[in-house]
Amino acid sequence: MSGSLRRYLDPLRELTLARFREQLRQPEVLFWVFAFPVLLALALGLAFRNRPAETIHVAVESGPGAEALLDDLQATGGFAASVVSPEVAQEELRTGQVALVVVPGDSLVYRFDPTRSDSRLARLATDNALQRAEGREDVRVTRDRLVTQRGARYIDFLIPGLLGLNLMSTGMWGCGYSVVDARRRKLMKRLLASPMRRSQYLLSFISARLILLLPEVVVLLGFAAAVFGVPVRGSVLSLGVVALLGAMCFAGMGLLTASRAQTAEAVSGLMNLVMLPMWVLSGVFFSSSRFPAAMQPFIRALPLTALNDALRGVMIEGASLGALAVPLAICALWGGASFALALRVFRWH
Amino acid sequence: MSSAPPAIRCRSLAKRYKDVIAVDGIDLDVPSGECFGLLGPNGAGKTTTVEMIEGLVAPDGGEVEVLGLCWERDAIALRERMGVALQETRLAERLKVVEVIRLFRSFYSEGHDVEEILDVVELGEKRDAWVEKLSGGQRQRLAIACALVGNPDILFLDEPTTGLDPQSRRQLWDVIEQFKSRGGTVVLTTHYMEEAERLCEHVAVMDHGKVIALGSPRELIASLGADHVIEFALGDGAPSLPESVLAALPGVEAVRHDGPRYTLTAAEPHCVIPALMVELERRGVAMTELLTHQASLEDLFLSLTGRHLRDT
Ligand SMILES: Nc1ncnc2c1ncn2[C@@H]1O[C@H](COP(=O)(O)OP(=O)(O)OP(=O)(O)O)[C@@H](O)[C@H]1O
Ligand SMILES: [Mg+2]
Repeated sequence: MSGSLRRYLDPLRELTLARFREQLRQPEVLFWVFAFPVLLALALGLAFRNRPAETIHVAVESGPGAEALLDDLQATGGFAASVVSPEVAQEELRTGQVALVVVPGDSLVYRFDPTRSDSRLARLATDNALQRAEGREDVRVTRDRLVTQRGARYIDFLIPGLLGLNLMSTGMWGCGYSVVDARRRKLMKRLLASPMRRSQYLLSFISARLILLLPEVVVLLGFAAAVFGVPVRGSVLSLGVVALLGAMCFAGMGLLTASRAQTAEAVSGLMNLVMLPMWVLSGVFFSSSRFPAAMQPFIRALPLTALNDALRGVMIEGASLGALAVPLAICALWGGASFALALRVFRWH
Repeated sequence: MSSAPPAIRCRSLAKRYKDVIAVDGIDLDVPSGECFGLLGPNGAGKTTTVEMIEGLVAPDGGEVEVLGLCWERDAIALRERMGVALQETRLAERLKVVEVIRLFRSFYSEGHDVEEILDVVELGEKRDAWVEKLSGGQRQRLAIACALVGNPDILFLDEPTTGLDPQSRRQLWDVIEQFKSRGGTVVLTTHYMEEAERLCEHVAVMDHGKVIALGSPRELIASLGADHVIEFALGDGAPSLPESVLAALPGVEAVRHDGPRYTLTAAEPHCVIPALMVELERRGVAMTELLTHQASLEDLFLSLTGRHLRDT
């Protein structure tokens, strides 16, 4: 028994090693797997870093009482205000240089676009400042305590999403592209003329994926921890299980996508067709809850959405695996079904 | 070894692709321990035939038996015992030569030592080179190394020497002869007549999916009736010579002509040529070219189909 098991595992090991070596020997693969996600994290982390509390830009239309309003605002602090002619004020509001225009008079008029959130904020802050300057008393005593929390910043949201995205692309391209390449070169045909089993061939894609998974996760999360201080709240083991399941899921989907394709062009097209919707919908760069409620059941059912939810659950909320049963089940289902279907429809020649 | 079952037995083997009949019902028997050649021009159906025998292409009709086994029942046992080099396989480009051979070795339960095979195909020097850095001849030798490493009983080589220089070709012939000398059976497809004549005990000449001649190279050439070929051409505007006149020359077995070019088959060219010169002189036509060579399978193909094997 152990002899026949070894007879099965020997070719599997050699095939896995061959796949792994081939990948490591291609600089472009190394770039896409390791460097690209890190560069993307760096760029987005810098662009969306938390800024100090922003100044509110306000224009005061010239007229009787305008200077007094300006003094009140400047005395309060936090405002960048100036007195300008009505035409200029209108222009500045339209181009977004100011968030609000104050028109002096017996009753003050605030001119702003209610669909701009910065304008709504400016409206509240300006009104508050002016009312207080005229003597309004607060009814209740309040105090502010300012915190900026690790784990609640954009970068903390982004990194698990990028990790999910990376697991998807490496899984899909890594498996899918090499299948088509082997088919095109007739390498697959040559292998089939040997006593190699078909299952050994397909499993070698999965096992080669596993070897690459660890460095892939460690590089991105290590970078995020070192540069942006992104924490992993949950256990490393849970994170490992989630990443593993995600990698398997997309390896299966990659094999399925490539199961019939004969040319690099055909498989690239299919890959993009499968992956692009998930790039946008699955909450990589922004929360998928922004899409209309009617789309939510569909979005929830996508494998990348499930993987991202599970990764964020572990990294941000420190959730246990049990709490993530639903997204994990969705991933497992996609992976298992894809792999099973790929086995049935696979074109070996 | 004459009592051994044939290494390969095919009956009415057929394959069609949409409206192309690639292989049109062929029968083959390859005795164990010999080298069998499949010859024919491009598209004759050689590769399709070989791949059906290798179990890589499903036949539309007919039977195949290899080493007394058949593909429906004994696929795994059969693959253990055969070595294959396909026409044009590009093996993994970024693996080292030794890694590729080791990979193929791992598929077989018994086989040769990897280093030993490297020596057999003389790739020892290139042991650690990436496949993508190999020359055409080195790639072919690597393909043969992969075919040999499982210590097969039967070796299939589909155009192993196409595109190689004479020296690389001879190196490959040595490897094949070594394999044969240990009792192995070889099936070889080729465009090169001299290759078939040198390596093969029997050849089948294929055209349009059919076997149009079958026998040992010597028998086939002998079937031309004579073993020398005289080719000559007449100057432009010369009146054409009636074939009957040429056929009447002493010792001429067959005559064919294509415009101003004539081909005679004869047993003794030294008798034919003087008589030919006299005849041309008498008719006042000048000869612009004269060639003689030993009859080959190329001439056989030409006489069977009126076409050349290779368009050169
Ligand atoms: N997969 C295929 N699909 C469609 N037609 C095919 C296929 N394979 C072969 N053919 C056709 O079958 C015929 C025989 O092809 P085959 O490859 O067997 O020829 P061959 O003798 O090996 O030629 P060559 O010397 O060029 O290798 C050709 O007309 C070819 O176009
Ligand atoms: Mg061919």
